[in-house]
Amino acid sequence: MAVATEQQILDGLAEIIDDIVGIDKSEVTPEKNFIDDLDIDSLSMVEIAVAAQDQFGVEIPDDELRNLKTVNDVINFVQKLQQ
Amino acid sequence: MTAPLTLRLPELVTGSRILAFGDHQPARVVTNDDLAREVDTNDEWIRSRVGIVERRIAGPEEGIVELAVQAGGKALAGSGLAPADIDLVIVATCSAETPMPSHAAMVAHRLGIQAPGAYDLNAACAGFCYALANADAAIRTGMARHVLVIGAEKMSQWIDWTDRSTCIIFADGAGAAVVGPASSPGVGPVVWGSDGAQADRIMIADRNSYIRQEGQAVFRWATSAIAPVALEACERAGVRPDELAAIVPHQANLRIIDAIARKVKAPGAVVAHDITHSGNTSGASIPLALSHMIERGDVPSGAPALLIGFGAGLAYAAQVIQIP
Repeated sequence: MAVATEQQILDGLAEIIDDIVGIDKSEVTPEKNFIDDLDIDSLSMVEIAVAAQDQFGVEIPDDELRNLKTVNDVINFVQKLQQ
Repeated sequence: MTAPLTLRLPELVTGSRILAFGDHQPARVVTNDDLAREVDTNDEWIRSRVGIVERRIAGPEEGIVELAVQAGGKALAGSGLAPADIDLVIVATCSAETPMPSHAAMVAHRLGIQAPGAYDLNAACAGFCYALANADAAIRTGMARHVLVIGAEKMSQWIDWTDRSTCIIFADGAGAAVVGPASSPGVGPVVWGSDGAQADRIMIADRNSYIRQEGQAVFRWATSAIAPVALEACERAGVRPDELAAIVPHQANLRIIDAIARKVKAPGAVVAHDITHSGNTSGASIPLALSHMIERGDVPSGAPALLIGFGAGLAYAAQVIQIP
């Protein structure tokens, strides 16, 4: 799988979040905290991680998921593993 | 020299179909507020995380056999068959009070079914789909003509009522189906499997233990591994997802149910949400949910429904059936 740019990961993630929890794509910006800003709970985060895995080809295990607090954390995590 | 031995076999039957469903739940309703008085939880949290509003819990006098007899009796009545017509009884359960004798033999006796083949089957929350697959195969190979398949659970007797992670989820109930021969198959090929490497994800460790599960790991597995199994069951039955009238996943958690349904992509299908008022009844949940849907007139007779069982084992099974 080709390495995705930061913008591509953001767009893909925004689409996944819209699909799973119905939050408008424009709300999903890098600085947003999933729990505090987007009101996404831990179970939805698991669903998002599973969808992200399918889309970006990067596994996000539960142990790692706990540390991914913001949209930017996920972008960095995906980019790091894709390289 | 003697000729090589060739034993006679029964004639093969083209297919099977479900003739009728039946269901039964205990009378006692336990609400989220009731549980919130016993453990540290609340109605809003349970509804948002699990999707349950209330569940049914059996009393001490109402065991698995009793639940199964009630549901099985209704299915039998609905089928129009007599007890004597049934020659195999399968009870899917993972919450048995005792390991022997089988519940199936006792249920058959209580229903007046004389001398049928009778056995219990444990594939946990996938149990009904496994049992239905066995019933279908038994009918097609001539091992039985009419089969009574029952999913019956008394999960409450394996619950630690001080453990808020499990006591809010599980419940009691039974659902049953009468299956018979059909020239036009109404039970599609089962797609089934298991992953024993994850056996410790959901378990009752020994006779003095309670149900324990790793919620998040199970949630991840159910929301990622099960939809492909369901889609394969459609493929093998020759039914497109957009032709489905109903999707009936095991009623584990509303969020898992909706995640699976979203991936199956069946815009015309009613998705079973029976968990809201029945809780998670493990191997009983699929026939219980579908029986309720049929009673309410939510689903058309003759249309295809997708059944998807998954749970402890980890075991899973899916098949497309024709709604009776």
